[in-house]
Amino acid sequence: MIRLSANPTTDTVIKLVTVAVAMFAFVFVVMVPLYNVLCDVLGINGKTDGQAYTAVQAGVDESRTVTIQFVATKNDGMPWEFSPSSTVMKVHPGAVNDTVFLARNPMPSAMVAQAIPSISPSRAVEYFHKTECFCFNQQPLDGGAAAELPLQFIVDRDLPRDIGTITLSYTIFDVTEMAGAAVAVR
Amino acid sequence: MGDHHHGDHHHGPAKGIGRWLFTTNHKDIGTMYLWLSFAMFILGGTFAMIIRAELFQPGLQLVEPQFFNQMTTLHGLVMVFGAIMPSFVGLANWLIPMMIGAPDMALPRMNNWSFWILPPTFLLLASTLFMEGGAPAAGWTFYAPLSTTYAGPSVTYFIFCVHVLGLSSIMGSINIIATVMNMRAPGMTYMKMPLFVWTWLITAFLLVAVMPVLAGAVTMMLMDVHFGTSFFSAAGGGDPVLFQHIFWFFGHPEVYIIILPAFGVVSQIIPAFSRKPLFGYDSMVYATASIAFLSFIVWAHHMYTVGMPVAGELFFMYATMLIAVPTGVKVFNWVSTMWRGALSFETPMLFCIGFLVLFTIGGFTGLMLSIAPSDFQYHDSYFVVAHFHYVMVAGAVFSMTAAIYFWLPKWCGRMYNETMGKTHFWISFIGFNLTFFPQHFVGLAGMPRRIPDYALQFADFNMMSSIGAFIYGASQILFLYNVIATIVAGKPVSDKKVWDGAEGLEWTVATPAPYHTFETPPKIDPAHAHS
Repeated sequence: MIRLSANPTTDTVIKLVTVAVAMFAFVFVVMVPLYNVLCDVLGINGKTDGQAYTAVQAGVDESRTVTIQFVATKNDGMPWEFSPSSTVMKVHPGAVNDTVFLARNPMPSAMVAQAIPSISPSRAVEYFHKTECFCFNQQPLDGGAAAELPLQFIVDRDLPRDIGTITLSYTIFDVTEMAGAAVAVR
Repeated sequence: MGDHHHGDHHHGPAKGIGRWLFTTNHKDIGTMYLWLSFAMFILGGTFAMIIRAELFQPGLQLVEPQFFNQMTTLHGLVMVFGAIMPSFVGLANWLIPMMIGAPDMALPRMNNWSFWILPPTFLLLASTLFMEGGAPAAGWTFYAPLSTTYAGPSVTYFIFCVHVLGLSSIMGSINIIATVMNMRAPGMTYMKMPLFVWTWLITAFLLVAVMPVLAGAVTMMLMDVHFGTSFFSAAGGGDPVLFQHIFWFFGHPEVYIIILPAFGVVSQIIPAFSRKPLFGYDSMVYATASIAFLSFIVWAHHMYTVGMPVAGELFFMYATMLIAVPTGVKVFNWVSTMWRGALSFETPMLFCIGFLVLFTIGGFTGLMLSIAPSDFQYHDSYFVVAHFHYVMVAGAVFSMTAAIYFWLPKWCGRMYNETMGKTHFWISFIGFNLTFFPQHFVGLAGMPRRIPDYALQFADFNMMSSIGAFIYGASQILFLYNVIATIVAGKPVSDKKVWDGAEGLEWTVATPAPYHTFETPPKIDPAHAHS
């Protein structure tokens, strides 16, 4: 054992204080990043990759059809109207698909929203690629204004065959107060 | 009082309030911890009485739902951080130096400080009740975003309180570890230490490891609330589930922090009244260490329903079930200690046997809860409430009560009233079971916890529960009376051992224990190893 002080009590105290400080730091520098990495890698919580996917030419698998369901939810207290233009799409793996979500700000003042995606089943996360998504950015809307929020996605050809339906859910949050602050958005 | 056998530089306690404010004496500080924890036990108990009064009948009778939430939150916080934890720290202060033959704790001034920051903190926590928006109401587990986005302004005071409580616990633990590692009398090797010292040493390591994690969690809450970060806010890229992982990474070791010293107490008392050495001392030490290790890898069994991958659920399920093995070793060792012993049933022994029976029931319901697929039914129901009260109250509080009856005559040189003690036990035992046993049934039938109202079919069991709670609460007044009557006017005892079966260094000093003990280290009799 390394002795940090000639006095054994001081030695014990220095070591234990170091442990306590290290555990405090552990929460911030290990637990939080590790949790985020694990969620990304394993697709836990249906979190999708925050970056746009660069399409690779792989051809369309016309032999399969996958049902994509869209769900739009407003977080508590969010006054916007928010809904998918169509709730169900049937797509072929490998094909590029476009859809839009409809949003309207009924309030008199301008607001900023952030949509947070979640995919179910979570196993499908790594096979669902978004080449363009309104969720990549915060969405400002003037009072009374409406917008069509675009989404472009590709379902991977390697999607496990037992997955026939993927549900993509967006929850929209009011981030007007946070807007402009440098926050990591997905 | 005072140890007169050498020198005039030794003296008894100072006079007046200064004795308590500036004391560095482990016995004084232990006494203050014990009284503070009893005051908090009464305060937390009052909150429980309000909860049970509201739940006496279905419908909203006495309090508003928001206030009910504040009661459940404060009841949990005050009982865990105010009653149980400080009571065992007080016991550690009183007993560890006397059990290992040390003159005092290793860091007496820090000891004073770690106590004296507590009373103002609890005063501040209780004062949140009178603040605008009321006290914290997110439950003692204060899950984000309920405790961040949706919390009242008092959450900032709450966060400060948790920081200070953590600081106090860490200082207390460092003190205990430094004392046990450096101040043992010559010949008092680790494997000769009484089990109470062993369980506290391991508990102190748990505290040093996880209290900073709790501090980290509330620091993140503070930053989310006031400084615009988004650790737990989905809108800003954070995740509320992250809070639960961090909280329970602290929270599961925390439940062993509460119960391990209780195991230590029971391991001292059962041999004394069985007049046999503790069965399987070595296995007790290893079992305690195993439980401490396992406590770090089972936290997510508190959150099976958040949507974990199946592999995660299976891992946490099996790891949790594994804890039953060392815990079972302990229970069997206690039973084996009693086997063919010359048993007698004084009050401390009654509380220990009550502990043994009821804690085992709590352990079994814990095993039921560990089964991930069935936990989805039990989760957040009264079954969980029943489970953790069987381990917290019949576990920690019963053993603490046993400890007070067992060592109080040694501390103050007066014997408590045995009839009153036994009456206290039986009223407690009946009141406790009447309160919490029916909660298993309403929980399995689907009654959710932390709800001020309930469906009509739960009415009878809830009324039984409430009556039991009032009985249990009232029995603590009898306890308080018995303790005060003992200190003031109990029958004097002068026998060093007090109990004929008691073994250990603390029973080798005069009764009542002098203000200063073991200023010269005692000789360790090898025959009395780890008694």
